[in-house]
Amino acid sequence: MVPFAGWEMPVSYAGVIPEHLAVRSDCGVFDVSHMGQIEVEGPRAKELLQGLLANDLDRIESGGAQYTLLTNERGGIVDDLIVYERDERHYLLVVNAGNRENALAWLSEREIRGSDVRDVSDRYALLAVQGPRSLERLGLREAAPFTFAEETLDGIETMVARTGYTGEAGAELLVPGEDAEALWQLVLDRGARPCGLGARDTLRLEVCYPLHGADITQDTDAISAGLGWVCALDKDFTGATKLRRIKQAGPERRLVAFVMTDRAVPRGGMPVLEPRGEVTSGTHSPMLDRGIGMAYVPAGAAAPDTELTIDVRGKPRRARVVEKPIYKREET
Amino acid sequence: MPASESYPEDLKYHSAHDWARIEGEEATLGITWYAQDSLGELVHYEPPEEGAAITKDSSYGEVESVKAVSDVVAPLSGEVVAVNAKVVDAPETVNEDPYGEGWLVRVRITEPSELEALLDAEAYRLLVAEQ
Repeated sequence: MVPFAGWEMPVSYAGVIPEHLAVRSDCGVFDVSHMGQIEVEGPRAKELLQGLLANDLDRIESGGAQYTLLTNERGGIVDDLIVYERDERHYLLVVNAGNRENALAWLSEREIRGSDVRDVSDRYALLAVQGPRSLERLGLREAAPFTFAEETLDGIETMVARTGYTGEAGAELLVPGEDAEALWQLVLDRGARPCGLGARDTLRLEVCYPLHGADITQDTDAISAGLGWVCALDKDFTGATKLRRIKQAGPERRLVAFVMTDRAVPRGGMPVLEPRGEVTSGTHSPMLDRGIGMAYVPAGAAAPDTELTIDVRGKPRRARVVEKPIYKREET
Repeated sequence: MPASESYPEDLKYHSAHDWARIEGEEATLGITWYAQDSLGELVHYEPPEEGAAITKDSSYGEVESVKAVSDVVAPLSGEVVAVNAKVVDAPETVNEDPYGEGWLVRVRITEPSELEALLDAEAYRLLVAEQ
């Protein structure tokens, strides 16, 4: 167990690698109840969020979800999150555990009359069931990614969202805290393998989903981070002017994905020696059986196949820039 | 398959969770079952170079799992005469067979007097029990 944003969380239940492989080949479950839930409700809820979130809520409808960013005036990222639209007067935001207070304060301070911001994190538990056999094991029908619906699983009323952080099919299940244990047991009984924070990190990094606090922060902008697709620059939101300028001029550096050519495991914080940059996340990829990671490098050195030299505890080790995602399921 | 817990009687141990198999003027070194179990499945072994001098109580290499990297501490001083290439290629060999196929280096012992300070299996088991 490790402390994580005020929660005690397991790094793994029975080994990071077997848990990782279970999610890629079958089904795993993560208890991600540490994540924060914020409700925004009221006749002007949408107006408030449209002014604060980078993505455009006009792109989704009731029952739809969207990956988006809470941005500051400098175009930096306060948090990355998923917004769920119950209807145009009622939204649920699922934010990072470590940013719950920040995100809540950011939204509350900007509340407008006709919009109510509430932290409901303590009311809910969230289980992420991920992997190609997840739906079959849970007895759920297929549904489009980034949609959600209220469903009943063995008598437990659950918000079933077709979202996740692993690059696999699956669902995230939101239930009131008092139903969490029964739901966890139900999911295990259906054959999901319990997975910890370790596999969550290796899975998300293989598919290049950024981690706030590592790959993206208050001081990194969405364009440099490769999240321009999340930014609706044709609308006005906090930081939009700055982001438009960065996009027009072209960012000075970019967040690239890389695979080690030498044997070594890169880690966040390691310097990139040539060209000058910094590793933001690194690990050993169970699927590639190689070191992988993401790093900020000068924009001119961001093209696939560019060679990088990384300082791995004092030893120069070679890596190669690759297209994102690093791991892609083979088409069958 | 990960090995099950054991601390063979014929080995000498160091408190930093390393073992040594003394064979005349040479010794084979590795990490104990406890060390590999704490780290989890190994994904990288950074070995010393053949011919390198290693010093008792100092790091001579690194072993790394998905979640952590650890120095490998020399239980005795010596000169590296062989590196286990099998572990370089397949670090999980250490998890499967920490005292056999999963050895890390062979050294020529340069300070035989140091052997007296090493722990026997019973003393090491007591140390592990206190962890």
